[in-house]
Amino acid sequence: MFAEYSLSELSSIFLMQGFAGLILFSVFVLMALGLAIIFGQMGVINMAHGEFMILGAYVTYFTSQFFLNYIPALFGIYFFIAMILAFFASGALGMAVEWLMIRRLYKRPLDTLLATWGLSLILQQVYRSVFGPREVGVELPGWMMGSLPVTDVVEVQINGLFVMGLTIAITVAVALLMYKSAWGKQVRAVVQNRVMAGAVGINTEKVDRYTFGLGCGIAGVAGSAFTMIGSTGPTSGQLYIVDTFLVVVFGGAQSLLGTIASAFTISQAQSTLEFFLSGSMAKVLTLLGVVIILMLRPQGLFVIKVRR
Amino acid sequence: MSKSSGRTFFLRPQDIIGIIVLAFVLVVVLPLALDNFRLQFVGKYLTYAFVALGLVLCWGYAGILSLGQGVFFGLGGYCMAMFLKLEASSVENTKIQTTPGIPDFMDWNQITALPWFWEPFHNLGFTALAVILVPALFAFIVGFAMFKRRVGGVYFAIITQALAAIMTILIIGQQGYTGGINGITDLRTLNGWDIRTDSAKTVLYFVCVGLLLACILVAYFVKSSKLGRILVAMRDKEDRVRFSGYDVASFKVFVFCLAASLSAIGGAMFTLQVGFMSPSFVGIVPSIEMVIYTAVGGRLSILGAVYGTLLVNWAKTSFSESFPELWLFGLGGLFIAVVLAFPNGIAGLWQTYVAPHLGPLFGGAAKRTATPPAATPPAATPPTPTPPAAPPSGTAAPAAAE
Repeated sequence: MFAEYSLSELSSIFLMQGFAGLILFSVFVLMALGLAIIFGQMGVINMAHGEFMILGAYVTYFTSQFFLNYIPALFGIYFFIAMILAFFASGALGMAVEWLMIRRLYKRPLDTLLATWGLSLILQQVYRSVFGPREVGVELPGWMMGSLPVTDVVEVQINGLFVMGLTIAITVAVALLMYKSAWGKQVRAVVQNRVMAGAVGINTEKVDRYTFGLGCGIAGVAGSAFTMIGSTGPTSGQLYIVDTFLVVVFGGAQSLLGTIASAFTISQAQSTLEFFLSGSMAKVLTLLGVVIILMLRPQGLFVIKVRR
Repeated sequence: MSKSSGRTFFLRPQDIIGIIVLAFVLVVVLPLALDNFRLQFVGKYLTYAFVALGLVLCWGYAGILSLGQGVFFGLGGYCMAMFLKLEASSVENTKIQTTPGIPDFMDWNQITALPWFWEPFHNLGFTALAVILVPALFAFIVGFAMFKRRVGGVYFAIITQALAAIMTILIIGQQGYTGGINGITDLRTLNGWDIRTDSAKTVLYFVCVGLLLACILVAYFVKSSKLGRILVAMRDKEDRVRFSGYDVASFKVFVFCLAASLSAIGGAMFTLQVGFMSPSFVGIVPSIEMVIYTAVGGRLSILGAVYGTLLVNWAKTSFSESFPELWLFGLGGLFIAVVLAFPNGIAGLWQTYVAPHLGPLFGGAAKRTATPPAATPPAATPPTPTPPAAPPSGTAAPAAAE
């Protein structure tokens, strides 16, 4: 399939598709970070994760509308405020869900999967009833539009760059929170040995609730970022949920580094293949590849060694 | 703990009464009570009951939650649809095409010869075998690869879900070979017998009921055999079963393949009764809905699965007719309620609230829908109406005794 292109064309194609893949990578990482925290750290399958993301996207949309109509002077910076609002909206919803539903199901992971799937159906219908079935898109502030030329054939979009920068920032923040803060230490202690963590005075229920809230909050931020590159509809979240779960499982559920590496592999494979094959075949091949690798190496790419 | 402890026949009296009641409802009551149009709906619902039945064995008894049962349902349905489509695309019927004698959607996609994997589906015998064996083979490959490496639980669920996604994308993408998003439509005859008439649909309904009852008997046989007890033991304490010398993976592969074949029979009956097959019955959403049928019926109850399927589908049809926007709330609420409030489904409710009152009157017959696995081996905990706790708890004892 490479035969009909010259070498310089090929390298440009790989660069362009690589960049497109990096945007997909950012979306995957942002979604998978929240999921990895919830699934990897707590063992809870949150099928409604996509809907928490969409909540963030809607919050961003309404913030942009608010700025556009009332304080247009500050429109350039609305996104940062929207992101914070999205984090708290999704996080608060997540904590409420944890308190009402998830905490009763910690011993039955398969049942959480079904219950959160039900939650996702309900949330989708709520979005459809409240926000309408049509997809909405935010207006980008002026400084985010346009693209930067890299060479004469390759150029990169600024909003894509921005989303990538944001992804890196959030990833670093999460890594610091999980591995450097006292709270992150508590979370990891609860994951490794819940009973002992409780015995040394960690309030495990509280840790669970905040962990779940944090994961959902990050999903909200992911939704915020998502509005920069695509439009939002009630069912947009579901499109990504399977991919994201594969990212998390493929990376090795408890490893942050693994999540990033697997998001990178999957997104790059998919977007590079997309250029040479049809979009659907690219996706089939990527997913199939991941599934086959998982069959050979079920523990994922990176594993934390824990003495059980 | 072996079968020699008193019972030689695989059905207990209450099971027999339960099956007879179900057969009576399906064969006599529903055909008399419903008009032809509604009966065809019930026939369609019953094809999902095959999937639910497979899930009772696979998920309820063996603890393997597969979110990809739609794949097997679809494989069975597509096998049947390929046969019917080839029959409908005879050279006379398709002489206006560029290439007569191949299905219309292939012609639209500029395919000029029948692909090799379509060729054998000219034969009904091969098709019938393929309906059962193709999904079983696929399930074997997936199951063997995963269970041998001790992948289970949520990982298995997620991977089967990914398989459902892959299958849908593949079917939609390969339009020329599969009919794409429209699926395989315009099916007419089965060996010259027109399946579109009302009388044919009624006959197919009864065939479907007959097959379902046969599959129920198979399910009961598996459940009451030693194999069934090993499945339950495996679900509750996998390591102990492994340490006792059983090859856990093989049992899991077997039950997964069995569930796949059951689903596929349902898929084939679906194609026959509804007259088309499309990727919308394969993907993630239908697959997970099939799980909810089982959950509502009671994941441990073979007969409950049938009732659960009928109930959820009946609710879905009536809600979508009158309040389409409410249905998703209803379905979502059902998922949450069935998990949080009554994890043993209708069967559990029946056993907790109805059976104790019927007990003196009907004898054993009262427990027709619900039979927690703990009740099967004589040495297990008594089948008292336990509060709806997590099913995989409390039945660890028989595992050790194996």
